[in-house]
Amino acid sequence: MDAFDTGVIVRSLPFLWKGMQYTITLTLTAMVGGIFFGTLLAMARLSSIKPVAWIAAGYVNVLRSIPLVLVIFWFYFLVPLISQWITGAPRPVPVGPDKTALVTFTIFEAAYYCEIMRAGIQSIPRGQVFAGQALGLNYWQTMANVVLPQAFRNMVPILLTQTIILFQDTSLVYVISVTDFLGAASKVAQRDSRLVEMYTFVALVYFVISFTLSQIVRYLQARMAVPSR
Amino acid sequence: MNYSWNWGIFWEPVAAGEGVYWQWLWGGALWTLATGLLGWIIALVLGAIVGVMRTTPLRPLRIIGDAYVEIFRNIPLIVQMFLWFFVVPEILPTPLAMWMKQDMPYPEFTTAFLSLGFYTAARIAEQVKAGINALPRGQRMAAQAIGLTLPQTYRYVLLPMAFRIIIPPLTSEFMNIFKNSAVALTIGLLELTAQARAMNEYTFAGFETFTAATLLYLVIAFIVNRGMAWLERRARVPGFIGSAAGGGGH
Repeated sequence: MDAFDTGVIVRSLPFLWKGMQYTITLTLTAMVGGIFFGTLLAMARLSSIKPVAWIAAGYVNVLRSIPLVLVIFWFYFLVPLISQWITGAPRPVPVGPDKTALVTFTIFEAAYYCEIMRAGIQSIPRGQVFAGQALGLNYWQTMANVVLPQAFRNMVPILLTQTIILFQDTSLVYVISVTDFLGAASKVAQRDSRLVEMYTFVALVYFVISFTLSQIVRYLQARMAVPSR
Repeated sequence: MNYSWNWGIFWEPVAAGEGVYWQWLWGGALWTLATGLLGWIIALVLGAIVGVMRTTPLRPLRIIGDAYVEIFRNIPLIVQMFLWFFVVPEILPTPLAMWMKQDMPYPEFTTAFLSLGFYTAARIAEQVKAGINALPRGQRMAAQAIGLTLPQTYRYVLLPMAFRIIIPPLTSEFMNIFKNSAVALTIGLLELTAQARAMNEYTFAGFETFTAATLLYLVIAFIVNRGMAWLERRARVPGFIGSAAGGGGH
């Protein structure tokens, strides 16, 4: 093997940084969107209207049982058809892989955030709901002002842990040739035949970021933990 | 949506090659099963070892175990597969590297189940550690008081109980390993998701193809789930673990 060439990494840093910006955008979008839709899904799963609960449960269970890669292919195929249907265009509307990935990850992660938020909502004593109702708040007011703020707070460490997993999972957009951080590195690696350098660097960067974030979560968890009796 | 349905597509002959399309998906499902199962065996053995290391009183072992888990948990699986597939053969000593490049049987498959096993082992080690730590401290002390050595303490006292406790999280890891095996399509393994993608590209019958693949994954998940539930019942210690395993809380 040739000597390890750090030069190729340095030369491609601006390109890699663009990839990393996409990775971060995708992670944050899917986190915010996923928590939003996940919370709605969790409320649906806990709904007293049975069909609503069943549909939400079915959606979450199916998405959690199949590989993310398959979900990416599903949406890469479906999104143009859905856009055609919404816009009434004569033929499927081509949607770029970058945008498809944003939609896919938001919808996929919603299923995972849903289960976290469901656990969070269920951890709130029922008396809180009754107290809200006794004050004359309706369902949405009780949820928004009493239950969800507490559920959210209790679940912050787990939501963040899921986000670290999401951050790592975004590298799978490689399968639809998006230039995220891994995609950028892999393009340089193949162009310059520098696979060893580029993939080692990628692994190192993912490790440093994920490890640092997980240490922060661990610290938060320790700080927020209720002292054990 | 004006989509032309064709559920008969699975019985149509493959455009380039032999057989009909359902055989593509079925063949892919078999690779998925083989990759997941072999990876699972590696993950269980290695995960148990690393998990035990992290709970021993021996500091160097704990450090190695912790390092293993942090490394394999904080690098995306796809990157790990690229490292094993593209990088490791380049940095190994020449004879071994030559063997990996030229003579290793089924290179994609071998790399896939090995890296899947190493990756999942880190997650199992985490569960094993949690299971051992969930046992009352008295168990370990009692074992030592009656004169068991450290390996005996683990073999006869701690592990039998710890593994029973962690069956539920192990069930989800077992389901995860089959899902995660789809990542191996990036190094060229023709498992279920790869075959579904190929079939979609040949037939443009995306709905039918991906629905079939989704159903196959659901069947795999269902079988794993039922199998592990059976195991959980079989392994239950009367009057002991049964209720603790299922419920959450403390």
